[in-house]
Amino acid sequence: MINMELLKIKKLSKSFDNKKILDDINLSISKGKIIGLLGKNGAGKTTLIKLINDLLTPDSGEILFKGKTIGVYSKEHISYLPERTYLDKSMKISEVINYFSEFYNDFNKERAYKLLENLDLDLNSRIIKMSKGMQEKLQLILVMSRDADLYVLDEPLSGVDPATRDYILDTILSNFKEGASVIISTHLISDIERILDEVVFVDKGKIVLASSADELRKKEKSSIDDIFRRMFKC
Amino acid sequence: MDFTFDNNIPIYIQLLEYIKIYLISGVFKCGDKLPSVRDFANTFKVNPNTMQKALSELESMNLIYTERTNGKYVTNDKNLIKKLKDEYAVELAKSYFEGMKKIGLGKADSIKYLKEIDD
Repeated sequence: MINMELLKIKKLSKSFDNKKILDDINLSISKGKIIGLLGKNGAGKTTLIKLINDLLTPDSGEILFKGKTIGVYSKEHISYLPERTYLDKSMKISEVINYFSEFYNDFNKERAYKLLENLDLDLNSRIIKMSKGMQEKLQLILVMSRDADLYVLDEPLSGVDPATRDYILDTILSNFKEGASVIISTHLISDIERILDEVVFVDKGKIVLASSADELRKKEKSSIDDIFRRMFKC
Repeated sequence: MDFTFDNNIPIYIQLLEYIKIYLISGVFKCGDKLPSVRDFANTFKVNPNTMQKALSELESMNLIYTERTNGKYVTNDKNLIKKLKDEYAVELAKSYFEGMKKIGLGKADSIKYLKEIDD
């Protein structure tokens, strides 16, 4: 039997200053799925994502990517969109493309150029001169131009206008490698729920629900957004 | 074209309805080759897995079939498409009469209104 499990999180906990941010997280992510990591601000989504990308060390528990503890190997195959940009803004677009293409073996330069062309972006312009929305699009293009096995996108929709939101969703859908999985964290559920295979609700550092999106809609006869609001009423 | 989806209903069921209408109205005719799952998904701006699920459902209803390695095709069974069209037409007619019933109009009166509508 082919092992369809891409990522396995076992008994993962993380605290900062004695405050438990993640508490005994268990999660399994299979190949070829788009997963929504849904939770309010401060629920622990970004911490979980940083742990998956090996940017933080867990207090206890482990994360396995294709059966191996995360590290150099997983970083080669996981494409990560951080919540805040890490690009050197004095760089030109063409320089960033070259930088990514040297850094990542799975970077597809042609795809990046094609996506940039669609935006009418001048490759010689510097990032600092671009609008915030354009910078976010550029960052997404860089991340989606990798032929990764897993894409991890931290709040790709926050702070952008509705038209840009559509652009971001389309770009994700039409560019992720076939058979790869995508984890998208967000608190803007209604905008994104139609593209999700699975939803994971995170609250106060725990996973409170993990389900297929369509099964959940069928069972509750309402949208994921409504179910989420009912569960986490303030 | 823009497709709207109601987040309260499973997306694959809504896709199923869109594609059924395509088959009934002849956008895709008997024997036509369908776009690849990924292209189809891009058209509707949905997840390819969701599109795959909708197409599997259509396949289990024999409305489409897969030719190994070659892609998916619309059934050659014209009667099946006609039956689907009939079912849809009946449903639409029923919902019209139900609506008219709510405002106190019987079948005969309802038909009279239909005839009075200019095309």
